[in-house]
Amino acid sequence: MSSLSDGFQDGYALEFRATTYRLPSGAPLISGLNLSVARGETLVLLGRSGSGKTTTLKLINRLLEPTEGEILIAGRPSGSWDPIQLRRGIGYVIQDAGLFPHWTVERNVGLVPRLERWPTERIQARVREMLSLVGLPPEEFAQRRPSELSGGQKQRVGVARALAADPPILLMDEPFAALDPITRADLQKEFQALALRLRKTIVFVTHDVREALFLGTRIALLDHGRLVGVYAPAEFLKATEPEIHAFAASLEFGGAHEGAQ
Amino acid sequence: MNWYEFLLRNRGEVFERTLEHIGLVGASMAISLLIGLPLGVALVTRTKLQSWVIGAANVVQTIPSLALFGFLIPVPWIGGVGASTAIVALSLYALLPILRNTCTGIAEVDPAVIESARGMGMTPWQVLWQVQLPLAAPVLLAGIRVATAMCIGITTIAAAIGAGGLGVFIFRGLAMVNNQVILAGAIPAACLAIAADSGLGYFQRSSARR
Repeated sequence: MSSLSDGFQDGYALEFRATTYRLPSGAPLISGLNLSVARGETLVLLGRSGSGKTTTLKLINRLLEPTEGEILIAGRPSGSWDPIQLRRGIGYVIQDAGLFPHWTVERNVGLVPRLERWPTERIQARVREMLSLVGLPPEEFAQRRPSELSGGQKQRVGVARALAADPPILLMDEPFAALDPITRADLQKEFQALALRLRKTIVFVTHDVREALFLGTRIALLDHGRLVGVYAPAEFLKATEPEIHAFAASLEFGGAHEGAQ
Repeated sequence: MNWYEFLLRNRGEVFERTLEHIGLVGASMAISLLIGLPLGVALVTRTKLQSWVIGAANVVQTIPSLALFGFLIPVPWIGGVGASTAIVALSLYALLPILRNTCTGIAEVDPAVIESARGMGMTPWQVLWQVQLPLAAPVLLAGIRVATAMCIGITTIAAAIGAGGLGVFIFRGLAMVNNQVILAGAIPAACLAIAADSGLGYFQRSSARR
């Protein structure tokens, strides 16, 4: 069976081609999206609630299927990938981490390697490596339950779990949004260093402009299911679109505004 | 003669009736679980059908047990006088708590956990067995616990259609107008119910701790 890493030599990692996703009622959540993500870049999808950011992510790992258009993943239409194999090659981190509460940290992190039937010793070694990578000493954290972790530690475990099988693509859906500002800043800094080191293709969803400017190699702005534009962080605040002004204005309130999310 | 003197003097028969009682409850619960668990799992996402099926199971609950036993006697294949008819009726009674708790237990699992399970590449079968069922276990066991205690109680009435069990003493005592004989059936049945309830309660609590 072909895995995602095999077909991952050249070209774009991800390409949306006139992709539309409609609810069964016919209302579009994403309309005519054209967007390419280069290998190794961190593309931030920025937008307000309901702008279609999460829908876009779920179209990539086939939790949702496009109604019109297509998505190329490593050059192949998403529909031609086996959804289970595809998802095991795409790391996925969500806001509440989505850790399994009945499993230890070790078992949570080793999830995809175990699904892929790695030998036990290799899984154990990989779990230890991943926990160290996200700054959680394995001897202290491996046997804990998610209920014995703080919010920031949960997100670290979530990132370790997503990276465990070394997937070429990483999808992150507002992973740091529910954290307190100080923990969030710590995790953002560490994550930026990690992203530079691992050279994964990352699609990162956020509604926080600061986070977008800090983490993104490019920023794609979504509004009501449409792509407003794609900007380098340096261009973003200079752009003239009215949608950007709203976001730029939110920056001027600074930290006081952030706490309210 | 006291009820416990009666018990001691007839300990052979009491033992036999207790085993009969446990057998009736065990068989009914097994059938009910075999039907209720898969059906509950299948109905979790089919909310419309779920309300119909649970509604039907609810209607069965409202039929007085003596009447249900009576109704089943003339039904071909499953009916007649004896244990098999009783087991059919008891399974129907036990179905509602099992079905309802299977549905609610699985539906109450945090959607974020299910979504990340799917997003990480678990097959639907793996999501069910490794995530949904273990997380629904405390609610599921609560349903099994209620169903078992109820079943032990209703089984005493099954003696009326010749199914045996501890109800035999109760009906004999009623016919003899002898409270001590009634108690000789009622007290062991109550003890069985308490034992089953606390045993399953222990499982339920330990599954919730995990």
